[in-house]
Amino acid sequence: MLPIDEVVSLSRLQFAVTALYHFLFVPLTLGLSWILVIMESVYVMTGSPIYKDMTRFWGKLFGINFAMGVATGITLEFQFGTNWSYYSHYVGDIFGTPLAIEGMAAFFLESTFVGLFFFGWDRLSRVQHLLVTFLVALGSSLSALWILIANGWMNNPVGAEFNFETMRMELVSMTDVIFNPVAQVKFVHTVAAGYVTASMFVLGVSAYYLLKARDTQFALRSFAVAAGFGLASTLSVIVLGDESGYTAGEVNKVKLAAIEAEWDTHPAPAGITVFGMPDSKNERTDYAFKVPYVLGLIATRSTDTPVVGIKDLKKEHEVRIRNGMLAYAALTRLKSGDKSPAARAEFDKLKHDLGYGLLLKKYTPNVIDATPEQIAKAVDDTIPNVAPLFWSFRGMVALGMLFLFIFATSFYFLIRKQLAPQRWLLRLAVFSIPLPWIAAELGWIVAEYGRQPWTIAGILPTHLSASTLQPSSLYFSLAGFILFYTFLLVVEMVLMVKYAKRGPSSLHTGKYHWELLDKKPGAPSSTPPRAPLPKPSR
Amino acid sequence: MIFDYETLKIIWWAFVGVLIIGFALTDGFDFGVGMMLPFVGKTDAERRVLINSIGPTWEGNQTWFITAGGATFAAWPLVYATAFSGFYIALMVLLFSLFFRPVGFDYRSKVADPRWRNAWDWGLFAGGVVPPLICGVAFGNLLLGVPFHYDDTMRVEYTGNFFQLLNPFGLLAGLMSVAMLLTHGATFAMVKTEAEIAARVRKIAIYASLATLVLFVIGGYWVARGIDGYSITAMPSANTAFMPLAKTVEITSGAWMDNYVRWPETRAIPVAAIVALLLVALFGAWRKARLAFICSGIAVAGIILTAATAMFPFILPSSLDPRSSLTVWDAVSSQKTLGIMFWLVLFFLPLIMLYTAWVYRVMRGKVTLKHIADNEHTAY
Repeated sequence: MLPIDEVVSLSRLQFAVTALYHFLFVPLTLGLSWILVIMESVYVMTGSPIYKDMTRFWGKLFGINFAMGVATGITLEFQFGTNWSYYSHYVGDIFGTPLAIEGMAAFFLESTFVGLFFFGWDRLSRVQHLLVTFLVALGSSLSALWILIANGWMNNPVGAEFNFETMRMELVSMTDVIFNPVAQVKFVHTVAAGYVTASMFVLGVSAYYLLKARDTQFALRSFAVAAGFGLASTLSVIVLGDESGYTAGEVNKVKLAAIEAEWDTHPAPAGITVFGMPDSKNERTDYAFKVPYVLGLIATRSTDTPVVGIKDLKKEHEVRIRNGMLAYAALTRLKSGDKSPAARAEFDKLKHDLGYGLLLKKYTPNVIDATPEQIAKAVDDTIPNVAPLFWSFRGMVALGMLFLFIFATSFYFLIRKQLAPQRWLLRLAVFSIPLPWIAAELGWIVAEYGRQPWTIAGILPTHLSASTLQPSSLYFSLAGFILFYTFLLVVEMVLMVKYAKRGPSSLHTGKYHWELLDKKPGAPSSTPPRAPLPKPSR
Repeated sequence: MIFDYETLKIIWWAFVGVLIIGFALTDGFDFGVGMMLPFVGKTDAERRVLINSIGPTWEGNQTWFITAGGATFAAWPLVYATAFSGFYIALMVLLFSLFFRPVGFDYRSKVADPRWRNAWDWGLFAGGVVPPLICGVAFGNLLLGVPFHYDDTMRVEYTGNFFQLLNPFGLLAGLMSVAMLLTHGATFAMVKTEAEIAARVRKIAIYASLATLVLFVIGGYWVARGIDGYSITAMPSANTAFMPLAKTVEITSGAWMDNYVRWPETRAIPVAAIVALLLVALFGAWRKARLAFICSGIAVAGIILTAATAMFPFILPSSLDPRSSLTVWDAVSSQKTLGIMFWLVLFFLPLIMLYTAWVYRVMRGKVTLKHIADNEHTAY
């Protein structure tokens, strides 16, 4: 019995909620771990204690965030089994492998050494401790690599074939899965986005200390690390933006067309729609403002490959769905016991389109008896909802441009040693702290919502993937996740703000602002008067 | 590949076993310490001693659980799909309880208010007691068989509910699991603490090991006499890929004892577990902390292996449709995937053990009240 629609919708909602919550913490872990490596490297090379304090203070904030990353991450390792059991059976032979490798090769590294990062300061030599910090950072980025290899395979399922004997997809080439171009592009893009998030976080919090004129030496050095690392990372996110990955794989073409609201195929190179109002019903974009050539260049990296429009894609999909019906018939014949060479050859010829045939299961359990209306509905299903993708993508890109501006100007004024008078820039940096998270979540929506109606692009439709569960079970789990995660998120934010405001004084070294202030009898312990910024001593 | 499919299937049974035992041996004592926390720690400082005895290393230990999950997905996709969707509510409660540990450890010491700290202590308690309880109940229900079946597209349907898991045998297994890991946590704390705290956990180790022993023996007797086991009567060659429904299975009383009859040397496993539990109590009484901890480790591994040996080759028997039962022969990935993963495990598992051992070496030594006082702001 297929899961009812309510169960599929709730399972999707639950996956989105748990993944989006988890992704509130992952980007900061990815980036901040490398920022800690940079700071500690300077400490090891120069021996200057302020860099040790920087590593320890930002490490404290790293820890507050890391704990939530772990708490929300456990869920995701098991949720494929709990809520997507048919998916797990159907593609576990391929999809499970990168997840298992992630555990063994990456997450073990990260989580075994993270304890030593916090508690190993007095037990390790400087170089040993730096190595530990490095392994934590390496582990977290490798973790992202394997997860994105798994995710890249969902979007572009290479190196696998359907086996009718076991009713599932099976691995043909592990090399193809690992070197999947979609996975590689996603990895670079996602990890670099994490580096941007962390850089903006350190930049913004440091700017806050600079504005308040406290611990300026500490803040300026942190600001410098963040500005340099952030500028390099933002450039990689934009230049290696993952739109170029969307030409690989059939379903990614659909995603690209939807993101760009390209209803028709235009002669190459295609122009980009900077602004417009996509109208799915009439299949057109109103008030479109187009810049010629740009989309073709970005998406296909060439001047002669056209970007296929939605209307043409639908025509292709109708052909594939009709082929899929034949594939399903051939599969039924094989499963009824006729395993003659002719029956096998027939299925092998058609199995490429089996997934498109399965789209019809939503409308008719037998697939092969679908009416033209049902086929038309399935064709419509193959195009994700255009407007949310169009807007999410534009939001993400606009934010990316803003980050480039902030990091570039910060870097410029920093090396000109004119940062202090630029109070507008420091304020902008403080208020921009939450923005990378918004960009990251929008990016997730583009990538995953844009994959619909598939869990595995072109192979397995979402509505077949879900477990056959009771709706009541899902209401219970969804309520639990929202309740626990929201409660823990609030606690996390309170602690993060508390420690960020306290600054390096929270290290109790006796060297920093609030502690110096407390030492002076009679001194006000509220906000100190503003003092001009001293120049950094080199 | 140097192994045929059949051999690989058996190797993977062993690998998953190693990961589960690795999880129980390492994170097991973290759970045990969590369970004792609000009772053994009378003051905030004492509780911090207990928390910091596991604080720097618990995170790596939990990764055994994550990795066991991932490896099950890769090697036994049908088990991963069927067990976790079948035990849905139980697994969700398990996950919810696990949320409290990472945040509990890190956030507890960051605010001095006693109400705040006390609340997190109970969170850590829940994160310590709920997972062993649920895992134990789940394993108990595996021995009983679980009501599920597959249709012709291999979609699983589970017809039981959460409360049916809470049957007498399942609860006995759950209690035993809690007692077992309490023993393990207490012996670990004997090694890592001193003075009054060490004296308190020593008592717990002695009583908990004896309780585990009693529950283990009752459970064993129950399995031999009281519940039905499963055995395969016919199936395609183990060297081929086939679906669970291609075999026939019969349910007979006492069938879970068949392996112990067929391979008498395996009887050493439950005997080792029993002897080890007795030794924990003895070494506890003689204040030999390290020896007690080693013996509790042997007992944990022995108890898990006892159940696994009884069930082999079954992993997840189906009480509703015995043919749907999952075994090491038919719940597995393709030969290619098992082969690739074999080499990866062979490379990474020793590496993990090596660097984990190094981390424990760096963090060796007792955690004392003085240590907490000296590291007021950096300790958990």
